[in-house]
Amino acid sequence: MDVTFQFDWQAAFASIPFLLKGIPYTLLISFGGLAIGFLIGILFGLLRISRTAWLRVPAVAYIEIFRGTPVLVQVLFIFYGLPQLLGGPINALVAGIAAIAVNSGAYISEIVRGGVQSIERGQREAGMSLGLSGRQTFRYIIWPQAFRRMIPSLGNQGIISIKDTSLFSVIGVGELVRQGQVYIATTFTALEVYLMVALLYLAITLTLSFVLRQLERKGLVGQ
Amino acid sequence: MKHQLKTATLAASVALGLGLTGVASADDHVLEVVTDPSFVPFEMMDQESGEMVGFDMDIISELAERAGFEYNLRTMDFNGIIPAVQTGNVDIAIAGITITDERAEIVDFSDPYYDSGLRILIGANDDSVQELEDLNGKKIGTKVGSTSYDFLEKNLGDSADITPYPGSSDMYMALLGGSVDAVFYDAPNVGYFSKTKGEGRVKVVGDLYEGQQYGIVFVKGSEWVEPVNEALAEMKADGTYDEIHAKWFGSASGE
Repeated sequence: MDVTFQFDWQAAFASIPFLLKGIPYTLLISFGGLAIGFLIGILFGLLRISRTAWLRVPAVAYIEIFRGTPVLVQVLFIFYGLPQLLGGPINALVAGIAAIAVNSGAYISEIVRGGVQSIERGQREAGMSLGLSGRQTFRYIIWPQAFRRMIPSLGNQGIISIKDTSLFSVIGVGELVRQGQVYIATTFTALEVYLMVALLYLAITLTLSFVLRQLERKGLVGQ
Repeated sequence: MKHQLKTATLAASVALGLGLTGVASADDHVLEVVTDPSFVPFEMMDQESGEMVGFDMDIISELAERAGFEYNLRTMDFNGIIPAVQTGNVDIAIAGITITDERAEIVDFSDPYYDSGLRILIGANDDSVQELEDLNGKKIGTKVGSTSYDFLEKNLGDSADITPYPGSSDMYMALLGGSVDAVFYDAPNVGYFSKTKGEGRVKVVGDLYEGQQYGIVFVKGSEWVEPVNEALAEMKADGTYDEIHAKWFGSASGE
């Protein structure tokens, strides 16, 4: 059986309005999840550095578990598994946001740890010798410098998490890939539609890269 | 849409704030209905409007009106549908779902609303397959979590190379592309595909295997089973069911 493919531009363009309906979900899941993941990351990243074992050990466990299991398994566990533990249903969108939050949170914890630990000891000593408290030293001297070093890695994690949301088509969230699959199911124009889906992801990730570059150039710092 | 997203965001933050306690849709009469993205002609996307249309879609919308509920519709790969109803994450599923004892243990079914069975689909130029036995030693495509997959495993088992695909389109594209020699799947879907997209490229052969009935799926113990069954009986009695049947299958149900 020989199959000759002809690229059908019309089919590709015709799918765009339908695909665009998936974008709000893709953005909401990625950025909602990343916002929460960032907060988790700061908390667990700092706990990870702690010299106190009962603070550090849970942080290490959290990071290893969520960094060491696939995000697809995490979302399936949250959507299909957790309701049995909680005894109540979970909305698919919530499951998606939660999965990105815990997954990106684990990676961001390590980014935060790396950023903070990369600041030379001398900086801390300098702060203390100026008469600042340990907390003030961290907040005004260590964190701003560390955060600046984290920006490229955070941007990288952002792009990874945006792409990870494509896996959530399995739980029936109407995101970009799901929209593409539904469209192809009727039209059988896989080549054209998946190309458009890929281009739309690229549009989102390139925009993010551009924004991050602007931020870096402006030397935007936490304070 | 905007409102939905806002609510969802709020729900998400609340849920995560509470350490992920379940967020049930608080609205009593807006039910979450889930269907398959590609089970022609039961559910499929209308290219003009981008809405899901089909036999099931007309049935559920008529049932909702008569039984008195509103619903949000979403699509999910078939193998995720019953687990999603089982957890209560969705309230109702309608997706040409065959009533089986195993499934009835974890979800509730409505009365049957469609009689079906399973059929073989092969390439138009393939003369080597006339019946199920001829599939021995061949590569067969079917759908994950479907009764056709169970049937193949039971009847052919190791003597054939069975590939379960997540969606109907994947399975048909595999046949057209030559990755599999045959597709074994629900009769109405196979028949529809062979008369539309697959015309001249594929053909249906053999008997109708394993007579089956489709039912609508509910969360175990759902209060909506009774009202829906009553509405279904009404629709069958007053001719509405036959009208919908004729619209999608070209004839009333009594053929």
